Amino acid sequence: MAERKPIKGITTEKTEKLIADTLAEMPEKTQKKRAPHLGANEPSASPCAVKSNKKVVPGVMSQRGCAYAGAKGVVWGPIRDMVHVSHGPVGCGVYSWGTRRNLMQGIPGVTSFPMDFTSDFQERDIVYGGDLKLEKLLREADELFPLNKGLSVLSECPVGLIGDDINAVAKKMENELGKLVVPCNCEGFRGVSQSLGHHISNDSIRDHIIGKFEFKEEPGPYDVALIGDYNIGGDVWAAKPILEEIGLNVKSVWTGDGEVEKIGATHSVKLNLIHCYRSMNYMCKVMEEKWGIPWLEYNFFGPTKIEESLRAIGECFDDKIRKNVEKVIRKYKPVMQAVVDEYKPRLDGKTAMLFVGGLRPRHTIGAYEDLGIQITGAGYEFAHQDDYDRTAPEMAKGTLIYDDVSEFELEKFVEELKPDLVGSGIKEKYVFQKAGIPFRQMHSWDYSGPYHGYEGFKIFARDIDMAINSPTWDLVKAPF
Amino acid sequence: MAEKKLRQIAIYGKGGIGKSTTTQNTVAGLASLGKRVLIIGCDPKADSTRLILHAKAQTTVMDKVRELGTVEDLELEDVCKRGYGDIMCVESGGPEPGVGCAGRGVITAINFLEEEGAYTPDLDYVFYDVLGDVVCGGFAMPIRENKAQEIYIVVSGEMMAMYAANNICKGIVKYAASGSVRLAGLICNSRNTDREADLIEALAKRLGTQMIHFVPRDNQVQRAELRRMTVIEYSPEHKQAQEYRELARKIAENEMFVIPTPLEMEDLEELLMEFGIMEADDESIIGVAENA
Repeated sequence: MAERKPIKGITTEKTEKLIADTLAEMPEKTQKKRAPHLGANEPSASPCAVKSNKKVVPGVMSQRGCAYAGAKGVVWGPIRDMVHVSHGPVGCGVYSWGTRRNLMQGIPGVTSFPMDFTSDFQERDIVYGGDLKLEKLLREADELFPLNKGLSVLSECPVGLIGDDINAVAKKMENELGKLVVPCNCEGFRGVSQSLGHHISNDSIRDHIIGKFEFKEEPGPYDVALIGDYNIGGDVWAAKPILEEIGLNVKSVWTGDGEVEKIGATHSVKLNLIHCYRSMNYMCKVMEEKWGIPWLEYNFFGPTKIEESLRAIGECFDDKIRKNVEKVIRKYKPVMQAVVDEYKPRLDGKTAMLFVGGLRPRHTIGAYEDLGIQITGAGYEFAHQDDYDRTAPEMAKGTLIYDDVSEFELEKFVEELKPDLVGSGIKEKYVFQKAGIPFRQMHSWDYSGPYHGYEGFKIFARDIDMAINSPTWDLVKAPF
Repeated sequence: MAEKKLRQIAIYGKGGIGKSTTTQNTVAGLASLGKRVLIIGCDPKADSTRLILHAKAQTTVMDKVRELGTVEDLELEDVCKRGYGDIMCVESGGPEPGVGCAGRGVITAINFLEEEGAYTPDLDYVFYDVLGDVVCGGFAMPIRENKAQEIYIVVSGEMMAMYAANNICKGIVKYAASGSVRLAGLICNSRNTDREADLIEALAKRLGTQMIHFVPRDNQVQRAELRRMTVIEYSPEHKQAQEYRELARKIAENEMFVIPTPLEMEDLEELLMEFGIMEADDESIIGVAENA
């Protein structure tokens, strides 16, 4: 892959000075802890020099979530035909209820269960334990919604603190109800971010779901699974048709608009295609080790990356698929060119800074570049070293990399680098908009989407243009 | 008449040392001196008030919470009972061993009592009878946040009882730094070990406190307990009843409240050796099996 051209006004020296100036405003101890998490990009460096997956420095404002958030919000919530029980006090369940915009099909209460199920812990449940209540709740939930294909139990903090044995309850209820009951010990206090919640959830899938089911149809040579696409704003529905158009059978989706029995049968596919590496690489590796299923990372953001990915996917199959890939690429080329022709003239030469979860800061870069936008800074809330290693080559030399960036740091960086767009989360949105800087909420696609696939790129381009070129910004005069 | 100052007292000590018996007899002694007392049992076993109420087990705060669903629905009179000498009795209650969180039960119960006004202005004393092993923050609740200011540790001349007393002192030091809690003395509940009074006197001195009273062993206590009564109520003229009244009087008059100076392990063992409770380590026998 060719190295990115340097961005005008961005040099390693300038970026390093910006980092030093920012650090200089912090107490000495904080400086020491934060310094390794900030760096100027060196595209060829391996491993990437930025440190990650460490505890947040006390006293700074972090954007991170917790293990429960990673389990409930990311991995489990999107599985549409299961009842997901938030086990503990009511808040965690309520505030993670549909907030990720992982869309699903189905008839609510019949074939999908997008409700909030919670054991609503009270003082007495803490003191006497909540195991019996959980048992009763699972029984009642199953009675009320008998068409559910299984129930998951997601532990909130107090459950871990008082040592309730949800695993024993799950086992007992699985026998009694005759369907899946999956315990997930994802107490929020575990780990340094939501990332551990993904890992714990992957382990629960490994221990309780995978291999327990088989697909109804005979296995075929083009069977694949779509891993790590959570159908945010309908992403799965934009990505899956492309794979089908090139002749692949998408047998299951993990876990956007997901069905648990198909997830549990995924051990018989030929290839796992993984979009969000951070949250699902664990199970890809398990399926590779146990069933010899290869996996491939792909990227469906923007035509350049889609084409690259489709060709790489084609390489895993025969000539028939490879031909289809070229056909599909040819078919959509003019459609994509029309999008670029429409929006690029207004966006060319603009810059953007990104701070999102564990994947998007690197995966969306191609889509911005297709529109002529360059990325001057990127960072992740909860990524690990392997994510940063995958990021460095996607960014120009000297651009700013920030791990688990604090509000203070990000504001300072944005103030200095003056991007035309910031793409980050809801907590940052209004800070930057009030400063007169266009912003897109890139966790939930800012109530828009899908952004994946050919269909998604049209919407992405429209949204970015709308954000950056809105006449509103001419009317706003930031007081700072 | 000057407003009464409520004295809040917590009784700690190794499990099985006789905290509940000593507490109830002492409180009965205070009642016989005309004092108004509230006992709060902070132990899921809920056996801190049976001798006062002549009851097998009082309905506990957590029992009622479980029955009614929430603390908010609970009324004070459901759980606060009047017993011998107008002593008011409450048990926090809690789960069977191995489930839930007994410590949270203590916190829930004490918060409830405070909010519902169980600490009435006519009270002279509140006694917290706390589970033997302070295993988590919940059982430290009575000495946190300006609740109990005085702590008495029940101890005997047995080695493990003294270890426990020393450990409890470490806990007191931690909370004394941030609040007004102080060690008020050791109560020796005799097990008839050798030179027991001298030993506990010596331990008290090393901890910077006093042995406030030596309670001799007497089967009259068991005879009274069989009738679910304190000795004071069962046989007020008996000499053991006199001992408890004496302890009650000393507590009423006590003014020696200190931040304890817990011993290092070596110092404690040295003290035990001095009194012949423990022998000096013979390193050659450590870890060697009988037939080796």
